[in-house]
Amino acid sequence: MNYTWNWHIFLEPNPTGAGTYFDMLLAGLKVTIVTSLSAWVIALIFGTIVGILRSLPSKLATWIGFIYVEFFRNMPLLVQLFLWFFVLPELLPRTAGLWLKQMPNAPFYTAAVGIGLFMSARVAVQLAAGIGSLPRGQKMAATALGLTTLQVYRYVLLPMAFRIILPPLTSEFLNTVKNSAVAITIGLIELTGAARAMQEFSFQVFEAFSAATLMYLVINIIVVIGMRLLERAVAIPGYITGK
Amino acid sequence: MLANFDFDVIRRSLSYLFIDGMTFTLTLTALSATGGLIFGTLIALMRLSGYRVMGWIAGLYVDFMRSLPLVLVIFWFYFLVPYIGQWLTGSSRPIKVGAFASSLITFIMFEAAYFSEIMRAGIQSISRGQPAAASALGLTYAQTMRYVVLPQAFRNMLPVLLTQTIVLFQDTSLVYVLSIPDFLGAASKVAQRDGRLVEMYLFAAVVYFTISCIASYGVRRLQSRIAIIR
Repeated sequence: MNYTWNWHIFLEPNPTGAGTYFDMLLAGLKVTIVTSLSAWVIALIFGTIVGILRSLPSKLATWIGFIYVEFFRNMPLLVQLFLWFFVLPELLPRTAGLWLKQMPNAPFYTAAVGIGLFMSARVAVQLAAGIGSLPRGQKMAATALGLTTLQVYRYVLLPMAFRIILPPLTSEFLNTVKNSAVAITIGLIELTGAARAMQEFSFQVFEAFSAATLMYLVINIIVVIGMRLLERAVAIPGYITGK
Repeated sequence: MLANFDFDVIRRSLSYLFIDGMTFTLTLTALSATGGLIFGTLIALMRLSGYRVMGWIAGLYVDFMRSLPLVLVIFWFYFLVPYIGQWLTGSSRPIKVGAFASSLITFIMFEAAYFSEIMRAGIQSISRGQPAAASALGLTYAQTMRYVVLPQAFRNMLPVLLTQTIVLFQDTSLVYVLSIPDFLGAASKVAQRDGRLVEMYLFAAVVYFTISCIASYGVRRLQSRIAIIR
């Protein structure tokens, strides 16, 4: 019994009645992109806040940042998604829980928030390292110029730190895209989920997975090229990557 | 809320969770880490071998694996391994591969890509003078690697390798997508059977959290102890 390849399967109508199997994969691709981008925005916002907390001279702030990062880093993403999806609505007051459960598109919101917070811990660590790698003199000079702490971060430390950590941030964003596949477990039909559905309906396992694989590779290549252009655009001449 | 908590469901399923589930998770983690390290080291050596084709193949493999989500790779191998087995043994139909073997192969192949990058960094951290001195002493390439470069690379990278193993330990939970009863799978089975999602998932979260916290604390201790002052 050998596997029969059938590459025409992509042009055949899918069982949902809306277009071909290829359209099904494209819909999955779109969900993957939208979920990853939403999660990334959340990761950047929370990661920046916590990263700053970790770099502040206050002991309490460092400690809060440490707890936050340890909390999100020491649980598998899958478990975190289950906590958000199955456990949180039960622990909230009745009305709020019901509202969460009946929310349309619940898997999408859960995935965006869950993956976003999971990744925010990693962004925070990178950012704190980036701020830590700046010469001490920068902060001192900024303070000597009369800037408040907020201004020191806003105008001096963060713009430099984000430029330094752009390469690791690129791979963290790619991790976000890859992690969005975990949301298949809470019923989100993203790219991997779409490929799996196509496999179940059409029995063409390897065609479905090959197409999904190719799409992930294309996302990767586009992101890597885009970030390289961004790196070049924001590079400060004579500093770090200013070759 | 908490008043409705049924802690007894956890107590009742403890032996199933830990003897069946956790044993599966830990065995899978340990074997995948070992296999991943061996293959990863080989891939790193290929990449640094200086033979362009070999380096190119190794680089392609690493970049390919690292750009795919683990969930997709798990599905890939789950369906692919029976056909590879058929091809290797020359039998007439796809061979049956158990859940454990399938996930073990997946994780070894997947983690090898990540471990190879760590080992590559470790090998490159050894100063050039050392392999040069080794070959001046008459050691062959294999001996240089075996007695001079790899032991130091391994020791330098031990904390990173262990951290990656903790990540791997958490990632093994993804075999859930094949409904394999690892620790999380076992917890989820009990949760669905008894309708106790809240208790079981919270308990699973606490267990994963505790183990990972203790392990990463151990890695930090180890790192400060073996750090070489340069």
